[in-house]
Amino acid sequence: MATQSSSASRLATQRIGFSLMTLMTLLTVTPILLVVAYIVWQGAPAISVEFLTGFPREGMKAGGILPAIVGTFYLTLGTAVFAVPLGLGAAIYLSEYAPDNRWTRLIRLAIINLAGIPSVVYGLFGLGLFVLFLRFGTSILAASLTLSIMTLPVIISTAEEALRAVPQSFRVVSISLGATRWQTIRRIVLPQALPGILTGVILGLERAAGETAPILFTGAAFFLPRLPHSPLDATMALPYHLFVISTQVPGMPVEIQYGTALVLLVFVLGMNVIASVIRSRARAKRQW
Amino acid sequence: MKSTSTWPEFLITRLIKASGYSAIVFVALIFYFLLNEGAPALFKTPLSSLLSTRWYPIENYFGLLPLISGSLIVTLGAALVAVPFGIGTAVFMSEIAPRWLREILKPLVEVLGGLPSVVLGFLGILLLAPFLRRALDLPTGLSALAGALLLGGIAVPTVVSVAEDALDSVPRSYRDAALALGATRWQTIWRVTLPAARSGVLTAVMLGIGRAIGETMAVMMVTGNAAVMPSLLALFHPARTMTATIAAEMGEVANGSLHYHVLFFIGIVLFLISLAINVTASAVVFRQKKRAERILS
Amino acid sequence: MNKITIDHLFLTYSDGKESLRDINLGIAEHAITVLFGPAGGGKSTLLRVLNRLNDLADVTLVAGKVLLDGENILDPKTDVIRLRRKVGMVFARPVTLPLSIRGNLTYGLELAGVRDKSRLDEAVERSLTQAALWEEVKERLDDPAVALSGGQQQRLCLARSLALEPEVILLDEPTSGLDPISTGKVEASLQELKQHYTIVLVPHSVQQAARTADYAAFFLQGELIEYAPGKDIFIHPKNKRTEDYVEGRFG
Repeated sequence: MATQSSSASRLATQRIGFSLMTLMTLLTVTPILLVVAYIVWQGAPAISVEFLTGFPREGMKAGGILPAIVGTFYLTLGTAVFAVPLGLGAAIYLSEYAPDNRWTRLIRLAIINLAGIPSVVYGLFGLGLFVLFLRFGTSILAASLTLSIMTLPVIISTAEEALRAVPQSFRVVSISLGATRWQTIRRIVLPQALPGILTGVILGLERAAGETAPILFTGAAFFLPRLPHSPLDATMALPYHLFVISTQVPGMPVEIQYGTALVLLVFVLGMNVIASVIRSRARAKRQW
Repeated sequence: MKSTSTWPEFLITRLIKASGYSAIVFVALIFYFLLNEGAPALFKTPLSSLLSTRWYPIENYFGLLPLISGSLIVTLGAALVAVPFGIGTAVFMSEIAPRWLREILKPLVEVLGGLPSVVLGFLGILLLAPFLRRALDLPTGLSALAGALLLGGIAVPTVVSVAEDALDSVPRSYRDAALALGATRWQTIWRVTLPAARSGVLTAVMLGIGRAIGETMAVMMVTGNAAVMPSLLALFHPARTMTATIAAEMGEVANGSLHYHVLFFIGIVLFLISLAINVTASAVVFRQKKRAERILS
Repeated sequence: MNKITIDHLFLTYSDGKESLRDINLGIAEHAITVLFGPAGGGKSTLLRVLNRLNDLADVTLVAGKVLLDGENILDPKTDVIRLRRKVGMVFARPVTLPLSIRGNLTYGLELAGVRDKSRLDEAVERSLTQAALWEEVKERLDDPAVALSGGQQQRLCLARSLALEPEVILLDEPTSGLDPISTGKVEASLQELKQHYTIVLVPHSVQQAARTADYAAFFLQGELIEYAPGKDIFIHPKNKRTEDYVEGRFG
């Protein structure tokens, strides 16, 4: 019958369509696994105690990458110091206080824009404001401040989402028992939203840790024979170091390059894993 | 009755409000500092020079056209990769894949989004470029094509996550109604779900393109960085984007020189592009929300 | 004697949905006053005015006075925090805070600055006893409150209000989600509690209104139609609309 044959051809179309989508997904996802696996495979032989705890030698063609590891750690920490309180504050404002008016819409638009500004433009901005205008020089301080403004939108939007997920009835009950708004937030809402907020913070810092362009002119050093002493020192950093040894130094041993890429990957993906673990644990424990 | 609300409460409320407004302050500050350092480029060199086709700063040629077209070619190439693969993956994840597979795919795409672009650039130099050179018999694999492929990969997670959100928010009842009328799942996806989510999918495409235009390190590492006007086969030749130009040259210019100001001027162009993309994208989202609210109320 | 006097109260939400028109009502001390009528009549709205929880909603117009012990609580200078400690509230759905049983009970007191352990313990036992829950939970005060059954949770919510030693307790359909046995327990507690507290109850049925009311006020579309002692209004309603509602002709 005509309808039957058309229904058969429709199902054939569906089968082809589904296969196509599956294929595209595979083509998207497998390279990720391959990239990670390949870097682990190529980089693992380079990893040694000396590589992780030593200084670069012979024009960075030998020795370790300790200053870059420590530098990335400092930059991530510095970013957290500025971005976490500010981002959390903004998220609390948007979720708990902000009225639905033109100003709030403007704040949201500003956050969306911050999220979209190219990272190299953040670098220019950091150079203009922190390095030159405020005279911080190329320093951990200037680079951390630049990175933290870049990280803000991620932290704000995930933290706001986590705060909004806390049932409204908790707030009403708390207020009805004589709590102020802030007491309600601090004692009920924040503890409940904490896992979600932490996830957002870690995802934001993960991005900051892997970025190169914003620190190019604000705090990154090509090579330093010592660890930074103060927030006003410039620093080496893993992503910038990888850029340097893969484009600026001729005759660089491939093993060191892959080793550096692996350490950076572990640093960044490690944060990603921590965030996922926090998220799934909290989901399992949640009472509402 | 006397008031029990105390000054710590007052103070903390003020601080929270101030952090809320800080986002506006930062956008304004960024624009101000870009203008402050970039606008002098307009006064110190004629506009016709900026619009010329030659970028050769050592001899004071600051034509932006090669850089703009470099960005355009690489971004368009990236979009050709990211849009079909991004939307295809989003459709697969949200409409076709069983739940357990989705739970695996989602974090994997997140991992791709979290890979530092410098790592991808590094692999681009070591693996992708040599492969392209051999496969296409090019003089060098460091080309616009290599940049476009990498950027496509970098933009995919943005497209996937925004598009998947959009597909997810299409009410279940739409699909049920279509299936009840005898449509296959495939027809339902194409004629009901995707059209219903189209503004969200459009937003995904725009944000993906925005991500691609702004990307710096990976592009700088694999495109070969030749500031030349594109020819017919531009995709297979080296190119240089606006972002890469800033990143590569800012470290070497004297503060306050014309070259310095022009690099900031490029920053203004990039800022305005991202502003335009994001304002449009959020306008689309707001409009869609309003429509949804009208229907539901 | 009237604990609360409502004097020419008008209220409108900004979306224009539910409103109160010219409400005049005295609420007697140490008695149960029931506010009843069909949904959307303004009972819950009035209840939320009495401890200013309506501050959380979008209220555009409030006119008139609500006097509690002679003080107008609608006055902008009113300390709403102290007001809410004096006027407790129990909601329709039992919402336990994500804390332990004990934590739920001491929450309000700790916010009010009570640190003394023995005073807190004493308040926990007293309030749980008053809400007829002490025997059931005394062994597991540090368990999470969500582990309790629905009926127990609602009595915990009642106890939580009582822990603050309020003078007035507002109950918004407190038994709507409960089984008949739990409902009976709550109603029995209320009869005990009225010796010491002023109770305002929005019941979840006319039957409950008739069972519990010392005084009753019938609300319809934002207006107070009739107010009388409970034994009168349910047996000899004066107003035709009250009679129709009580006898189940609409509602």
